[in-house]
Amino acid sequence: MTTSVQPIIFQARGLVKRYGSVTALDGTDFDLRPGEILAVIGDNGAGKSSLIKALSGAVIPDAGELMLDGAVVRFRSPIDARRHGIETVYQDLAVAPAMTIAENLFLGREILRPGMLGRWLRLIDKRRMLLEAEGHMRDLKIGIRSMKQAVGTLSGGQRQGVAVARSTAFARHVVILDEPTAALGVKEGNMVLELIRRVRDRGLPVILISHNMPHVFEIADRIHIQRLGRRVAVVDPKHISMSDTVAVMTGAKEPGDLPEEAHA
Amino acid sequence: MNAKHCIAMGLFTSMAMAATAAEPVIGLITKTETNPFFVKMKEGAQAAAKQQGAKLLTAAGKADGDNAGQVTAIENMVSAGAKAILITPNDSKAIVPAIKKARDQGVMVIALDSPAEPVTATDALFATDNFKAGQLIGQYAKAAFAGKPVKIATLDLFPGHPIGIARHNGFLAGMGVAGVTTKTAGLATSPDVVCMADSFGDQGKGQTAMENCLQKNPGINLVYTINEPAAAGAYKALKAAGKEKGVMIVSIDGGCAGIRDVKSGIIAATSQQYPLKMAALGVEAGAAFAKTGKKASGYIDTGVTLISDRAQAGVASRDSAFGQSGCWGK
Amino acid sequence: MPPDLKTAAPSALPDAAATTTALRLKDWMPPVNVLGSLAALLAACLFFASQSDRFLSGQNFSLILQQVMVVGVIAIGQTLIILTAGIDLSCGMAMALGSVVTTKFAVDYGVHPYSAVLCGMAVCMLIGYINGALVTSIKLPPFIVTLGTMNIAFAVTQIYSEAQTITGLPEALTFFGNTFRLGQTSITYGTVLMLALYLLTWLFLRETAPGRHLYAVGNNPEAARLTGIATSRVLLGVYMVAGLFYGVAALLSVARMGVGDPQGGQTDNLDSITAVVLGGTSLFGGRGSVLGTLVGVLIVGVFRNGLTLMGVPSVVQILVTGVLVILAVATDQLTHKKG
Repeated sequence: MTTSVQPIIFQARGLVKRYGSVTALDGTDFDLRPGEILAVIGDNGAGKSSLIKALSGAVIPDAGELMLDGAVVRFRSPIDARRHGIETVYQDLAVAPAMTIAENLFLGREILRPGMLGRWLRLIDKRRMLLEAEGHMRDLKIGIRSMKQAVGTLSGGQRQGVAVARSTAFARHVVILDEPTAALGVKEGNMVLELIRRVRDRGLPVILISHNMPHVFEIADRIHIQRLGRRVAVVDPKHISMSDTVAVMTGAKEPGDLPEEAHA
Repeated sequence: MNAKHCIAMGLFTSMAMAATAAEPVIGLITKTETNPFFVKMKEGAQAAAKQQGAKLLTAAGKADGDNAGQVTAIENMVSAGAKAILITPNDSKAIVPAIKKARDQGVMVIALDSPAEPVTATDALFATDNFKAGQLIGQYAKAAFAGKPVKIATLDLFPGHPIGIARHNGFLAGMGVAGVTTKTAGLATSPDVVCMADSFGDQGKGQTAMENCLQKNPGINLVYTINEPAAAGAYKALKAAGKEKGVMIVSIDGGCAGIRDVKSGIIAATSQQYPLKMAALGVEAGAAFAKTGKKASGYIDTGVTLISDRAQAGVASRDSAFGQSGCWGK
Repeated sequence: MPPDLKTAAPSALPDAAATTTALRLKDWMPPVNVLGSLAALLAACLFFASQSDRFLSGQNFSLILQQVMVVGVIAIGQTLIILTAGIDLSCGMAMALGSVVTTKFAVDYGVHPYSAVLCGMAVCMLIGYINGALVTSIKLPPFIVTLGTMNIAFAVTQIYSEAQTITGLPEALTFFGNTFRLGQTSITYGTVLMLALYLLTWLFLRETAPGRHLYAVGNNPEAARLTGIATSRVLLGVYMVAGLFYGVAALLSVARMGVGDPQGGQTDNLDSITAVVLGGTSLFGGRGSVLGTLVGVLIVGVFRNGLTLMGVPSVVQILVTGVLVILAVATDQLTHKKG
């Protein structure tokens, strides 16, 4: 059992979200610790995606509280969440395939030339953007040669790398990844897992949504299990088996039946 | 049903019959609503209808070439009880089935300005003889040049249009080119014709066509144009090249703007046609058919007059003042 | 230690020589599609030069530029709209209405020519605003919206002008049709304006943030939205700026023809779309260069001029244009299969 005295970076209490007669979130709690990779798993209809949408600002909960670094926050939109330093990498990556890596990295947040050229004419400082893009990709050890390549010409794993690099470049508090390895083969999937570790190593906590149990068990520090609109357990992958985790997720096993050290 | 009802019914029916007998319904369907040529036609038809005591229904296609709109108009007018329909067909072939249906129901159909194809698809055709219109200005130009060497540019309509072909060939026949008749298929040519370009009857495209022809052969001294907007465009191109004084432009149509161009010397001569006359004759024929059951038939040439302020010997023409009295548009 | 995340590159860090930051000449070259269109244009010029000795002259090229300047400016607006995966069928009718408004105001109401020109441009921008508002707020497909405004603009033009051309224009209105001499050639001011507008638009699209946002909105509107780009504002702005270009085209049309022509512009929508496609811009949005459109516009002008010089019937020009359009679209699809 771990008595955590660490500060909680990102927290939610009692989140409620209803869509008509369907209750997606039924008083969900959530905790994210600094420097960890937290995986969020849950069956269909468990409220997983609604939870992530509430955390990333895509959805405004009907009730409940969100706290960032101890202060209550209310996100009105994903851009609002972004302004608070929370970056989300969506499942379809949200990249413009015809544009270059550098352009995609800074999409919507282009570096402008200094002085009048930047302020009045909104001219882009292409050289700086290329240099910084190169720097970000190098920090995450993504080995793509040219930042001028069109993203559409990259492989799935490389494209994921670009999307992750974008979020890492701008995130101040949290990076949320939605099914990052879902569309990838074995080799590229492993590359992306390694990339996620490097993000964590740079000091950014990562929330990871995934269906892929082996991947989850490979990199997650803790696993948040969502079921029927609530958080039913948070487990330590080092002290629980994959089959037990799945059992709790589907309701076949009660969290109370788990041994003490399985909880995290 | 008692006697009172019978009398009432009888009165009502005879009144209705009297009403329709007194006021025959005639339909006029033009190619488009806004072309001043057809606006004039409509005016002529309305005046004639008033005179004849007929009720005039009008309709038009949405744009040049809109056949479906005209088909719908024919059907609606037949249901509304039209005894005769006057039409300027957008598509001379495609309109034929609709015309046949109307004629099968006892309606007389007369083509105005352009024939249906085949010509016999309508009871009659009241139109300009477009070949003759071209011939007149060809004869004029021949007389004006009096044997001097001539380099001709023709600004035509667009590929395949029968009126464009008729006017172009008429012009060449009038110029004395051998072997060109009304039966000549396609645009005729001759050694004196150094450039043939399409203007689409449009001023802007006419200007471009003239520019390119001048580039091809700067020695052009006679320009035939399919209509007066094309002539205006040709003049602009000539003026920009500094050649407007030495080149003669001839045209066809006789719209009021074109007659003004004749007066100002932009167009040397134009053949004026009479849309009002076409429509008036058509309405008269329709009223006559409603009264006596006698259908109009055959082709009636509604006339062309050569208008020029610089008359040439041997070629009959009228001046621009006469042209203005009979012109259409503004 | 797990292996570094690599691709085919042998080294993890790009070395100095292969550094991507050097902005080389390659970056200033237009994309492949434009080069292909340029090659077609040059081939056509060589062909026509061989067929007629009156083709290859400064005067003839100046003439071609004049002939394409109205559609050329319209095509700039069309390019911007097509880059956002939209399309504008109302461009020619907007231009015609603008030219009628300008000339009627100047001639019939005695409005000062400069003000009349501004009024004409304002009308064109209004049509652009209507197009943009309907596309962004009610989310109607641009094809449908502009089909509607095309008809409305046409009808308003006909009714307002009573289908009569407006003549007797004050001198100031035809300024852009005037010429100046450059050696043996006389060049029209309007063509200089057209080329300047192309250059400005090219720079805008390449070098400014709003220009890049335009490409993003066309390439992946969802991605643009999620990265904070105000896609609705971008689209509304594009349609209005296009309207401004149509207003400039109206001024050039008045200057060239010397009249306000309510029957003008009827084929300009398809002609401008043809120019955009011939220039290698994708109709699906997000890809293309406005320089390509300039090449496309010139291709059409060169063919029309060259074929007339050769005495070939104009129907052949229509045939050739059709073949070129198919070649251009097919080339675009083949070279961007992965995209």
